[in-house]
Amino acid sequence: MELIKDGKRIDGRLPNEMRKIKIEAGPLYRADGSCYLEWGGNKVLVAVYGPKEAIPRHIQNPTKALVNARYNMASFSVEDRKRPGPDRRSLEISKITSEAFENVILTELFPRTIIDINIEVLDAEAGTRCAGITAAAVALADAGIPMRDIPVACAAGKVDGVVVLDLTSEEDKKGDADLPVAIAPRSEEILLLQMDGHMTTEEFDQALDMAIKGCKEISKLQKEALLKKYKTFEEE
Amino acid sequence: MERKIVIPGTIVGTVGKHKPGRGTFSEEGNIYASRLGIVEERAGYINVTPLSGVYEPVVGDNIIGIIGEVGRTSWMVDINAPYPALLRADEVQWKIDYGETSRFLRVGDAILATIASVNEARNIEISMKGKPCRKIEDGIIIEIQPSKVPRIIGKNGSMVSLLRQHTGCWIFVGQNGRVWIRGESENISRLVEAIRKIEREAHTTGLTDRISKFLEGE
Repeated sequence: MELIKDGKRIDGRLPNEMRKIKIEAGPLYRADGSCYLEWGGNKVLVAVYGPKEAIPRHIQNPTKALVNARYNMASFSVEDRKRPGPDRRSLEISKITSEAFENVILTELFPRTIIDINIEVLDAEAGTRCAGITAAAVALADAGIPMRDIPVACAAGKVDGVVVLDLTSEEDKKGDADLPVAIAPRSEEILLLQMDGHMTTEEFDQALDMAIKGCKEISKLQKEALLKKYKTFEEE
Repeated sequence: MERKIVIPGTIVGTVGKHKPGRGTFSEEGNIYASRLGIVEERAGYINVTPLSGVYEPVVGDNIIGIIGEVGRTSWMVDINAPYPALLRADEVQWKIDYGETSRFLRVGDAILATIASVNEARNIEISMKGKPCRKIEDGIIIEIQPSKVPRIIGKNGSMVSLLRQHTGCWIFVGQNGRVWIRGESENISRLVEAIRKIEREAHTTGLTDRISKFLEGE
């Protein structure tokens, strides 16, 4: 099966075109900060709690706050029911997400505490880790947690020998490579970089470039979503 | 005055012109906001007043605490901050003998106290000596977002006195986002409704007028 036909992809997008993204800041009342994000076929809900006292006490760091992200896929988020609970894949994503955020949160302001980030994937269609990070960043800002920047993530990859932005599930499965990238958009500092598949060095550079450009687009949507929540009443 | 809402990473000034204050940080000659909030300039400092976030204890704040643990000579108190606070037996208005702490305050009791000290390691001590401090024995306590406390109080307490006038309830707003209310039950429910409205619309202008109308409109 051809994944690229007449320069267009299976869902009709151009190689450097993204799927539609919708971001809503603060849908949950009980959480300190929250975000709901739809990205193509992905639906992700993130709740942030804290900073709060880290329990049990021996995990506390006397100099800074801990960042504890928990990525979880709902059992109904994929076609064949996913066995619920943490597995190898979700533990890995939780870990890399925590580490990405540790680099932008001003953790030294809240020693001995923990910041919980719960990322719940309700519907999955490739690129959930990027969707999770993008949504978690908005939720953290909504929770009033001090950060150097609002992180954002986007993936690029290679399909049928062509470097493309934001792979769909089909492209991810049958394509040649997948490259999720998370950056701090202001400094373009890379917070996360993973790859599976094969690309030449030139293709890699091209893909990385494309992913960073995609990140910057999404960054604008994140900022809009945050400002929208706090501007709602001012117009009245 | 311009009320500009900023998000983390927004440039709010340059280092030569201003100094980075609360809610900001400087990097390569620029001052950036580190939190979601409103930019304000005061005495050469650029501050970002947060619109959300947890309570950060400051010495002298009057707060409402809930006893979490009873020790032989002290209590650990939940003050709605990321850290529990220590209340020593000699920092209360009663004379307490060794091991007699639970005769005065038990787990779950609410108190009105003052932040006495906060150190580098964020060990917090509170005191019950002095003016408003006491054990809370009646009324109800509701929790609001700590970042909204200044709006519930209003300029020089204008909002609190408005609420008091219109509902006839006694209100005490703790800096840590707990509000103690005493009064007739139907008045309390009206008051809580008004407080929730203030909380939702805290970042808007002309709020006092709207709340006044809301309370009169019954």
